Amino acid sequence: MTKTEVPPEATDGPASAPVTRRRLTGNPARAAAGSGRMAALLVSPTLLVLSVVVAYPTLMALKESLYGPKGLDPATGFISDTEPFVGLRNYADILGEAGDRFWNAFWNTTFFTVVTVGLETVIGVAMALIMHKAFRGRGLVRAGILIPWAVPTAISGLLWRWIFNSDGIANTLIGHQVLWTTEGFHAKVAVIVAEVWKTAPFIGLLVLAGLQVIPKEVYEAARLDGARAPRQFWHITLPLVKPALLVAVLFRCMDALRMFDLPYILVGAQKHSVETLSMLAQNEASNVRFGPASAYAVLLFLYVFLIALAFVRLLGADLVGGGAVGRRPRRRREVAA
Amino acid sequence: MTTTLSARWRSGLLYAGVVAVVAYCLAPFYWMLVSSLRRTSDIFDTSLVPSPVSFENYRAVFDPAQGFGRALLNSLVVAGVTTVLALLLATFTAYAMARLDFRFKRLVLTLVIATSMFPVVSIVVPLLKLFTDVGWINTYQAMIVPSMSFALPLAVWNLTTFFRQMPDELEHAAMVDGCTRGQAFRRVIVPLAAPGIFTTAIITFIAAWNEFLIALSMTNRPDMQTAPVAISKFTGATTYETPFGSQMAAGVLVTVPLVVMVLLFQRRIVAGLTAGAAK
Amino acid sequence: MTTQTSTSTARAAAVLAASALLLAACAAPGGGGSGQAGAAASFEGRGPITYVAGKDTSGTVQPTIDRWNRLHPKEKVTFIQLPTDPDAQRQQMIQNAETKSDAYTVLSLDVVWTSEFAAHRWIDRLPEERFPLGEMLDPVVETARYRGGLYAVPASSDGGMLYYRTDLLKKAGIGEPPTTWAEMKADCAKVRELPEARGMSCYAGQAQKYEGLTVNFAEAVNSAGGTVTDANGKPDVDTPEARKGLDFLVGSVKDGTIPKEGITYLEEDGRQAFQAGKLVFLRNWPYVYALAAKSGIKGKYAVAPLPGLNGPGASSLGGHNMALSSSAENKATALDFIRFFTSEENTATFLKEASLAPPYAALYDDKALTGQYPYLPVLKESILRAVPRPRVVRYGDVTAAVQQQAYAALTGDKSSAQALKDLQAALRKSVAR
Repeated sequence: MTKTEVPPEATDGPASAPVTRRRLTGNPARAAAGSGRMAALLVSPTLLVLSVVVAYPTLMALKESLYGPKGLDPATGFISDTEPFVGLRNYADILGEAGDRFWNAFWNTTFFTVVTVGLETVIGVAMALIMHKAFRGRGLVRAGILIPWAVPTAISGLLWRWIFNSDGIANTLIGHQVLWTTEGFHAKVAVIVAEVWKTAPFIGLLVLAGLQVIPKEVYEAARLDGARAPRQFWHITLPLVKPALLVAVLFRCMDALRMFDLPYILVGAQKHSVETLSMLAQNEASNVRFGPASAYAVLLFLYVFLIALAFVRLLGADLVGGGAVGRRPRRRREVAA
Repeated sequence: MTTTLSARWRSGLLYAGVVAVVAYCLAPFYWMLVSSLRRTSDIFDTSLVPSPVSFENYRAVFDPAQGFGRALLNSLVVAGVTTVLALLLATFTAYAMARLDFRFKRLVLTLVIATSMFPVVSIVVPLLKLFTDVGWINTYQAMIVPSMSFALPLAVWNLTTFFRQMPDELEHAAMVDGCTRGQAFRRVIVPLAAPGIFTTAIITFIAAWNEFLIALSMTNRPDMQTAPVAISKFTGATTYETPFGSQMAAGVLVTVPLVVMVLLFQRRIVAGLTAGAAK
Repeated sequence: MTTQTSTSTARAAAVLAASALLLAACAAPGGGGSGQAGAAASFEGRGPITYVAGKDTSGTVQPTIDRWNRLHPKEKVTFIQLPTDPDAQRQQMIQNAETKSDAYTVLSLDVVWTSEFAAHRWIDRLPEERFPLGEMLDPVVETARYRGGLYAVPASSDGGMLYYRTDLLKKAGIGEPPTTWAEMKADCAKVRELPEARGMSCYAGQAQKYEGLTVNFAEAVNSAGGTVTDANGKPDVDTPEARKGLDFLVGSVKDGTIPKEGITYLEEDGRQAFQAGKLVFLRNWPYVYALAAKSGIKGKYAVAPLPGLNGPGASSLGGHNMALSSSAENKATALDFIRFFTSEENTATFLKEASLAPPYAALYDDKALTGQYPYLPVLKESILRAVPRPRVVRYGDVTAAVQQQAYAALTGDKSSAQALKDLQAALRKSVAR
């Protein structure tokens, strides 16, 4: 499978592609420029589409967040046609006047994200490891675990609300009546259970795919080295699926930070125990205060953005191939060996 | 002797794990199925098997007035086109990310992910204004294009990791053998990354399949609505009555075809992608 | 976004509390509204229009529209059905208004939205003389007004009633259903001594934190002689009377009159508990009447007006009004269609086929109809006694504040005195906004 005739120096370091190119074309300058041009060509359609569907509305939302709600004219009883420009007052109000509610939602959001993504990662990886083993009916099981992820969120919210009903199956099973949809920690538990059930398969599937693309030679080499199963997992499997796992976790984090439907449907609006930042934004928007709603959205956006940046840093070596640190070159040598 | 024993242990453990995973994923779904098979009047029942089994909810879902069949078809078109487009664009981009060296790579990656972060509720009104102006209301593209906002980043990032995991020696070797870069990519990388591409496609498809708010806002003709929109219009016989049974039936009906499709395509697509791999 | 929840189904019912809040700034109801900008718009243009409403539950809307279309082949109406969830309906209608689209012509508005839509000028003021408002029940017509102007025409109404178990009351030697809360509790105590009433709870309404709680809270406060807002429309909920109302709910949860799980009940949970024989009394809407007849308590229940502190209580109002989108075209056709759709003949059909409470007084006394729906006289009484519905532009904020404080009191997080004090402050702020 591996082609030994490739000289090791050609595969090492970030400049591998241009180097190869040079070997093929014999014109270094043109190749480097070609690589850049080619990259631009390949990347631009994506960026173009995204700027149309996202950048435009996002900029509109940014602008909107600087405007206050339309005022009611006490003389006519009509809401004015224009929104007053209020600068950053929406933000000041959110952090000041509505601060308690904002920080409560902020911590709820963070708590849900940390706990659900943590649990999903453990369960998802376990699912992937089990399904990676060959056994009869693997395809069937693999399609089966898709089910929770494939159920539309709104429907799964209804399903879990039914399950957590005061006379529902959850209470029947535990033989004790817990009022899941009232305020309190149990409401958080209900949301977490439902969320983890629905999204653990997402991580499971992506990690499984990551496992499947690991070249078998790596394991064979490890087996020859006499590595035991746990050691194999920590030192070979996990590092190799790390990029796939991290990307799955990243997308899960971003989704969890924007969690809305599930607590809204399962437990209900305006419940402090489960109120998230998205629910606050939605609440403002539904009361026709687009300015404050956009301000919430922008704050949430900033928060998510920071997390994403942290991930990009963390993933940098694996994904961007920035510095030659990280495990790629080493693994390549393993493979090539 | 010890090895066979431990092997038996191991396979026992494996099957226990499989059973646990399946039970975990399917138990709530089973409840959904059971609830969908109860009569409306038994809906609060908590027995594990519906008695009597009733298909009234399924009949309600497929009542021609609900237009559910048409809605499934619309969902298929929207999610299918979104997936194909997203995968196509993302493949190019991910290839550049994984294989080419250029400045601003980190920036591009960050931008791509940043765009998928804005809450949909904040972008739907500006988009609605835009699409109203260009006359896209009640068209497939009005649902497909916004869906790209979450489908593309998902596809780009996932494909980048999978391409990145491919040893580039293979590609180089192919190029040494006289393949162009494009051919090397198509014949070597794509087949090897097939499981990753397939998984990405499934996940993108499902994300697009379940999209609700955009599909609801961009259409007002019943023959253009998607399945989640159709489900939101299920009702009981009166305003307050929860159409829980038919909602669960619809949940089963939008989920099961997906899974069956995955089962059918699983082998074929993976095989198709793998065919032509440089042996 | 969220979508098919039925949690908010009861928004349809919302009412009283919200009430008078904005009246502060307003002219007296029916007073014509000084300074009303933009008198009735001109209603011109004929041609195809659309009718936009939540998904039709009963299948009676399309046939009615078909009948119109046969009569007016050049002014056809297309029925656009929105999701079942009222929040989603409102969101779509607002989006349509914000984009000034002409896709929606005639809107079916939940009664609590009238003021908001009118104040934003998303809907046109309608010429009163074109509609037979005099034949409709007054409280129902009031739900369609904003600052004295008519902005919509009632198509259906709804009111709360007390369902009770006739068999058990009779066995316990009680002849008449209770008219006060004290009587209700006393009747309950007697009933629960019966062997067949073992383990039963006394009463439930809707006490989950959602629109239904606003309805139940307002009913309790008004039934105790309190108000959420005073005659001039200022918030006036921090009063001894209002406290007696809230104390009825809080005390009932505490002493078990309302079962523990009662604070998670929506309409359907209460109906289920009543049908399963877990409740002696239930506060709910007329829809329960027909459904309970198919359950185990068939023939063992009846309805009465809601009880109050010292006599019969005051209900909240639900229902839908038809309004005309201000950005629509073919408004002359739209006006005709509204009149057609809300005619006595058509609302009678909706009552017969879909058991929707009609706005017309005469229908409640119609022999044939009361035969089909024995609860009609009680419902009429209930609607007539409902507190006139003032207009609240920021209804969403008001109902959120009510739910917030009432729920805190019900769950014991706050004393009722503190909850009402905080509610008063919160309402003041919403009105001032």
